[in-house]
Amino acid sequence: MQRVAVLRFPGSNRDLDALRAAERAGCEAYFVWHRDTDLRAADVVILPGGFSYGDYLRSGAIARFSPVMQAVERHAAEGGAVIGICNGFQILCEAGLLPGALVRNARLSFVAKPVDLAIERADTVFTCAFERGDRVRIPVAHGDGRFVADPRTLDRLEAEDCVVVRYFTAGPGIEPNPNGSDRNIAGICNPAGTIVGLMPHPENAIDPLQGAEGGRGFFTSLAAWQSLAGRR
Amino acid sequence: MTFRVHVRVMPRAGLLDPQGQAVEHALAALGFAGVSRVRVGRAIELDVAAASRDEAEAHARQMCDRLLANPVTEDYLVEVEED
Repeated sequence: MQRVAVLRFPGSNRDLDALRAAERAGCEAYFVWHRDTDLRAADVVILPGGFSYGDYLRSGAIARFSPVMQAVERHAAEGGAVIGICNGFQILCEAGLLPGALVRNARLSFVAKPVDLAIERADTVFTCAFERGDRVRIPVAHGDGRFVADPRTLDRLEAEDCVVVRYFTAGPGIEPNPNGSDRNIAGICNPAGTIVGLMPHPENAIDPLQGAEGGRGFFTSLAAWQSLAGRR
Repeated sequence: MTFRVHVRVMPRAGLLDPQGQAVEHALAALGFAGVSRVRVGRAIELDVAAASRDEAEAHARQMCDRLLANPVTEDYLVEVEED
């Protein structure tokens, strides 16, 4: 059974959502405190959403130096899977595990609403249950979600097929690109597809009680990745 | 010796600065004419113990490179004064 470590930083607030979503997909999920340095043989590490360290200085800037992050960097270097959702994505960028940065939304306001995403890469740890071109509707909830990178980095991301999900317009009342991200990018990965970061919250769309179920495929992906991880 | 270090962190030129734009619009709304290119950054002040001014500045620059500024989106300026 896939072992999923959900990290907890002071200020994480979607940690339980991520844990439950992983469990519901059939994984064995457990929390790892940010001061711990043992990921307890995790197959997949999730850095959940929230406001680690109050977003002081910059979102993710301080969490990136938490003791647990050294273990995450080793895990990632060995080809282990790492997923950053929202604040987790910000931490991965601050840590240099993914390129670019997440800055204040273009219109300054915090956005919390459903967005439509196009799946652009379907062989990553977090999207392998999808087909390329699939569309899903899941919520965003962030103030610092504008993905930016220099043009050369953006070109490289596109050339190496590292854009995982992009904001996409489908239907009235749904705005594309809620935050002004470069090239409508909502999530990216490393070339191997083992490290994925995205701003939207699939863990908040896995049950009818949450009003949407578009996020399930991300966690069935994570559970299915086990077979691929077996190649290591 | 202790040195007082002033760090100014600014959004990189060319990067959309919505805070600067919002402040610029607010100033215009208040009747301040002729204001343009408003940008909003962050000022950080710290005491640094070091043997010399150069050493204090070098330490401060390392702090900027590692934590105080994001090399992807921000530029910084370091000024050192003797305490």
